[in-house]
Amino acid sequence: MSQDTLFDKVWDLHKVSSLRGGSDQIFIGLHLIHEVTSPQAFGALKDKNLKVKFPDRTVATVDHIVPTDNQSRPFKDNLAEQMIETLENNCLEHKIRFFNIGSGNQGIVHVVAPELGLTQPGMTIACGDSHTSTHGAFGSIAFGIGTSQVRDVLATQTIAMNKLKVRQIWCENQLSNGVFAKDLVLHIINKLGVKAGVGFAYEFAGPAINALSMEERMTICNMSIEGGARCGYINPDEKTFSYIKNKLCAPKNEHWDNALKWWESLKSDENSIYDDVIKVDASKIEPTVTWGITPGQSISINQQIPLLNELSPNDKLVAEEAFEYMSFKPGQSIKDIPVEVCFIGSCTNGRISDLRIAAKVLKDKKVSKNVKAFVVPGSERVANKAKQEGLDKIFKDSGFQWREPGCSMCLAMNSDKLIGNQVSASSSNRNFKGRQGSPNGRTLLMSPAMVAAAAINGKVCDVREFIN
Amino acid sequence: MKSEFTPPIGKITKINGQCISLIGNDIDTDRIIPARFLKCINFDSLGKSVFADDRKNLKGRHPFDLEDNKNASILIVNSNFGCGSSREHAPQALMRWGIKAIIGESFADIFYSNCIAIGIPCFTLARELIQKLQKNKNDKCLFLEIDLKKLIAKSKDLNFNLEIKESSRKMFMSGEWDATSTLLENENLIENKFTKLPYVKFNNNLF
Repeated sequence: MSQDTLFDKVWDLHKVSSLRGGSDQIFIGLHLIHEVTSPQAFGALKDKNLKVKFPDRTVATVDHIVPTDNQSRPFKDNLAEQMIETLENNCLEHKIRFFNIGSGNQGIVHVVAPELGLTQPGMTIACGDSHTSTHGAFGSIAFGIGTSQVRDVLATQTIAMNKLKVRQIWCENQLSNGVFAKDLVLHIINKLGVKAGVGFAYEFAGPAINALSMEERMTICNMSIEGGARCGYINPDEKTFSYIKNKLCAPKNEHWDNALKWWESLKSDENSIYDDVIKVDASKIEPTVTWGITPGQSISINQQIPLLNELSPNDKLVAEEAFEYMSFKPGQSIKDIPVEVCFIGSCTNGRISDLRIAAKVLKDKKVSKNVKAFVVPGSERVANKAKQEGLDKIFKDSGFQWREPGCSMCLAMNSDKLIGNQVSASSSNRNFKGRQGSPNGRTLLMSPAMVAAAAINGKVCDVREFIN
Repeated sequence: MKSEFTPPIGKITKINGQCISLIGNDIDTDRIIPARFLKCINFDSLGKSVFADDRKNLKGRHPFDLEDNKNASILIVNSNFGCGSSREHAPQALMRWGIKAIIGESFADIFYSNCIAIGIPCFTLARELIQKLQKNKNDKCLFLEIDLKKLIAKSKDLNFNLEIKESSRKMFMSGEWDATSTLLENENLIENKFTKLPYVKFNNNLF
């Protein structure tokens, strides 16, 4: 059993009681909600005649269903309009702070909370969204929950949960030029598998992690769940603290000094005990692309799609399914596979640094005429910053469509969808069958820089040829 | 689709029903219920849309469309079932289709807790046994009686042990799987915990 890790410290601090069944009752320091997984939870509160216990500790925004072309109200899609109205009414009724479209602070919930300084080390953070693991980048313990647990958090600010085991993923050396956090996390998921993290929290550590910016760290923790780990985190350091400093909701004045002192104490102790430790050599990683229907099915840009006999019996079953669905052949090179749609955005890679690197690749270049390319900033703040820096112009000049913030084609709950069996190069997090809105649509996950390069060439290519 | 849906309530100690096999590892919640069906403010109409895209692709040959399976209530799956999105819509859709329990090699964490929270026990079983159940030639008439107290499943000619997290088993046995009221019993402890959290003092700018 793990001991003295950040996970242990934060868990123990938030433990309210041991429940009769043997699970723990855990206090949730910050609860984030959005329009898709909260309405039924509010409905259940009403049925049980309960109130929101700590309305101040829940913050709402709208992201999944928002259109990214025309955001004027009412939305063209009646169901989407009904969902945003329901959230507006619930927030009003229960006095919950809501960052609506046009507030300047709306966006994907996992982009918004960190950029407002809501996400802080040592907190427990829950949200009805599996990518809540993102917030672990700050040394918080953050995990996705279902709607019944959203109801529990609203009603009690606690949930019943079994304590997770802790696996440290030690990333040695440094990523090389043209290789990004997305490549690192795709590599880790490929190495460990998509279910290795079940029952675990992942602690990402080591020189390669220390060298990452906060936004890159968010990309890593965001995709913990794709490796099966509901929770992923990174010990906070100077980068964490300076990212938070002066943010809207950051501790101010004398509170800042107290916060710093406490945050420093949260790091996993030098002699802490882990349930498991895995080592990864970051310097060996190359730009990585998925070829299949799970985020674990990835290869380096210069590799071939694996042959069936190279895979374990368990992986074979899903690989066969993937070959059939993707219409790719074992042994085929991933390079030069034509792409029809290029999507830059999502809670994984829709932040300002993602837009900057993509714009750097796209500057003075044109998107291939066979490609529909669009960029969806992760939040209104990201969009505004990008405009200040002139990035929107670079994107538009290259042939990218510049859209309004939201989740968009990561999960295609709005009108941004693949058509038929289109192949998309996507900076998002899931390449599941049908994920991007078409039951036959095909998704290749990669870093935003790689998506930009694919957009220019009209096919999968090595971004290092553009930036080195 | 069953005619009338009634959600489970209270103690769940025994589940008897016909099995339905769904073969495949890493079946994600996007497949169980595609995102377009999440555009709703209640779960009521999800049952008919469970596995919508997979079923459409298989044109009536999907296990959830087979006439023989229409009264099935115990789902037999392989490993990492329910991975991906946290959408509770997935187990809600399965439940509203008629699933009352799931037996699998392994489950994704969030899917598992969602199932427990709405009263669907998820049992684990070794791969070989799962495959044996899935290959059962008499699949269409494989009926199981699951006893949560003894953690045993029986059919006419099978008898095997199942596993489930002890905390989940206890919750079903006592009827406390709907956690809200249990959590609310500790209201004083919750208040107490809140006031002792270090960050409550220094993040007064938070909200």
